[in-house]
Amino acid sequence: MADNGVLLSATNVTKVFGGLVAVEDVTFEVPEKSIVSIIGPNGAGKTTFFNMLTGLYRPTYGRVNFDGRNVTGRRPDLIMKDGMARTFQNIRLFGTMTALENVMVGQNSRMRSGLFGSIFRVPRVKREEREVEEKARETLAYVGIAESQVEQMSVNLSYGDQRRLEIARALASGPKLLLLDEPTAGMNPQESAALTSFMRKVRDERGLTILLIEHDMQVIMEVSEYITVLDHGQKIAEGTPEEVRTNDRVVEAYLGKQGEKEAAEGAARREQPGAGPGPGGPG
Amino acid sequence: MTKTAAALRRPGVKTDTRTLVALAAGLVVTLWMADQIEMDLFMAFVLWVLVAVRTIFHENKAALTGTLVALAVWAIVLPFFQDSGGGFLEDATQALALTVMALGLNIIVGFAGLLDLGYVAFYALGALTAGWFMSGFFSSAGGGEGFSLLVGEPASNLPGVHFNFLLVIIVAVVVTTIAGMLIGLPTLRLRGDYIAIVTLAFGEIVGRLVINGDQIVFFGQKITNGRQGITPVDKIDLPFLEPFTGLELRPWYWVALALVAVVLFVNYRLRDSRLGRAWIALREDEVAAASMGVPLVKTKLLAYGTGAAFGGIAGVFLGSYLNTVNADQFQFSFSIFILAMVILGGLGSIEGVVLGAVVLSFINFNLIPDVFNDYPSKVGLDFDLTELSFGIFGFLLVIMMVLRPEGLIPERRRKLELTEGIGAGDTALGGGETIEEVRA
Repeated sequence: MADNGVLLSATNVTKVFGGLVAVEDVTFEVPEKSIVSIIGPNGAGKTTFFNMLTGLYRPTYGRVNFDGRNVTGRRPDLIMKDGMARTFQNIRLFGTMTALENVMVGQNSRMRSGLFGSIFRVPRVKREEREVEEKARETLAYVGIAESQVEQMSVNLSYGDQRRLEIARALASGPKLLLLDEPTAGMNPQESAALTSFMRKVRDERGLTILLIEHDMQVIMEVSEYITVLDHGQKIAEGTPEEVRTNDRVVEAYLGKQGEKEAAEGAARREQPGAGPGPGGPG
Repeated sequence: MTKTAAALRRPGVKTDTRTLVALAAGLVVTLWMADQIEMDLFMAFVLWVLVAVRTIFHENKAALTGTLVALAVWAIVLPFFQDSGGGFLEDATQALALTVMALGLNIIVGFAGLLDLGYVAFYALGALTAGWFMSGFFSSAGGGEGFSLLVGEPASNLPGVHFNFLLVIIVAVVVTTIAGMLIGLPTLRLRGDYIAIVTLAFGEIVGRLVINGDQIVFFGQKITNGRQGITPVDKIDLPFLEPFTGLELRPWYWVALALVAVVLFVNYRLRDSRLGRAWIALREDEVAAASMGVPLVKTKLLAYGTGAAFGGIAGVFLGSYLNTVNADQFQFSFSIFILAMVILGGLGSIEGVVLGAVVLSFINFNLIPDVFNDYPSKVGLDFDLTELSFGIFGFLLVIMMVLRPEGLIPERRRKLELTEGIGAGDTALGGGETIEEVRA
């Protein structure tokens, strides 16, 4: 069990790429069953930070604790097995697999059948396959993907369904912590609103903790219980939405140059599709 | 299409003019070719009928299953219609052994997406295992008396080590699986082209080792006979059966067919398993796969290991069948030959790879040396067509890439990748994002 109700904590986490410090000395905590956001301008180091939490990058310094154990530098598949599942900023589904197969891959770490079991298809493997498929169908329905889309190749799904499928793939493993990297990117206001209430529903019904990177201010202010603000790799503020909204440094760093007017409609700020950040500063 | 044809058309039944013309042309070619390569005309005709039924009723499940069973029966009874010592069975048996290898390579390249240009290494190791444990190679074994295990006469009385064929297969599977994993290790952090280069080098290293193995001596025992080759190699000796001979080829054919059946079974089972899904996920997007709980190292090594094991099985069979294990068999071009089968048939498609292996084998063993070889001299040219065989394969591949890049029988996923431009690899570094160290 987590210490003092803290599910995930990062201590002095730093990532240096060559001469560039992408994330500098960030310390933060995610309480259990909370919804926490990380915000910041493009290139602030948010995705780099995510990649360190999920094991894709090894932090240059610092320590990541998850569910009471040190997971710094642990392999991504093992971190997934520990109960941390994620989605990606630019959707990374297994394009030529069906929606169902994608979600079945998501349960890989919960499965036990090995090479010989699979070849001889022993009863235990058969049962496991059946259960995994059932669970996958159930999860797909839960995130709202229509029955008719389940056997479709995931590239052929609509954009919104692809986003939902990524969440289903992450959810199917039964994680404790769900990391969403800009889940509403490219969604229209209705879809964003639906996703916002979905996040709450998942948290309440499945007892999950959610950590998200987001640009849509409306979504952030509505859904987050705590917000951490990164700028140039450093944490410049944290607190409740109300505190962050009124924090001078945040307004200056994150919204300042855009002027007060745009601050109000910060929701419009989105990263341009295709213009992914370079190695120095994944957004 | 004429109005009548249109009226006749039912869903799932292909009766358009193009298909019918192609099938008619296929009949002419089949019968002519069968005559040229001394295949039984009746069996050739039956084969054509089965293919025609499959093509016309391509969406009818019963027809597909029925023809598949009929094809299997056809393959089993084929030797009864052929001369047991003839050239046709000789070539067909080799084709089946190569099919086993192509199916193995398909796991590595087709399923897991790891381009392996050194597959010949596994053939070499399998064949060497046969050379070591089924011949007089270790002449000092058992104090010069020889050492034998579960084999009958005459092998049991000869010097050297003589194990039963099935035991040697098990040994070869172990040896090649380990070798496959060893070659896998240095490629774990590499992608695409770099994997190809490392595997190519590994294939060459094993090839060189076999060539120079007569100079490498451990405890007074060299490890190969180099270019001279290890020969003779014991014939297959199975329980309850007469020992095989070089004159009766039917039993060899059936053993090869049984190997293909076993390997096919394993291929299908693995494809539709947790491991098969993990391989495809890996091929599609390594970073996402790792983040979804697929252990990269284990999954890749299992692909290399299983693929290599099939190469080893085929290697043992061919060592015994060809009665020699020599360095000239293990050249780089052999890796390319097997890879060409996989690509021609359809990367990742099990049925396609079988077809590709059979087609290329027959071009290599029958058409080029037997059917077309005297054509250059007929038109007044003076060269041996077999020297051009790799040029011919290359030409075929180029034509394939232009007309049907997804292969003869495409896997549905590959087809999608090629026709809709999505695909494996593109997303591996997604949108300029660099995953600097996906550690596995």
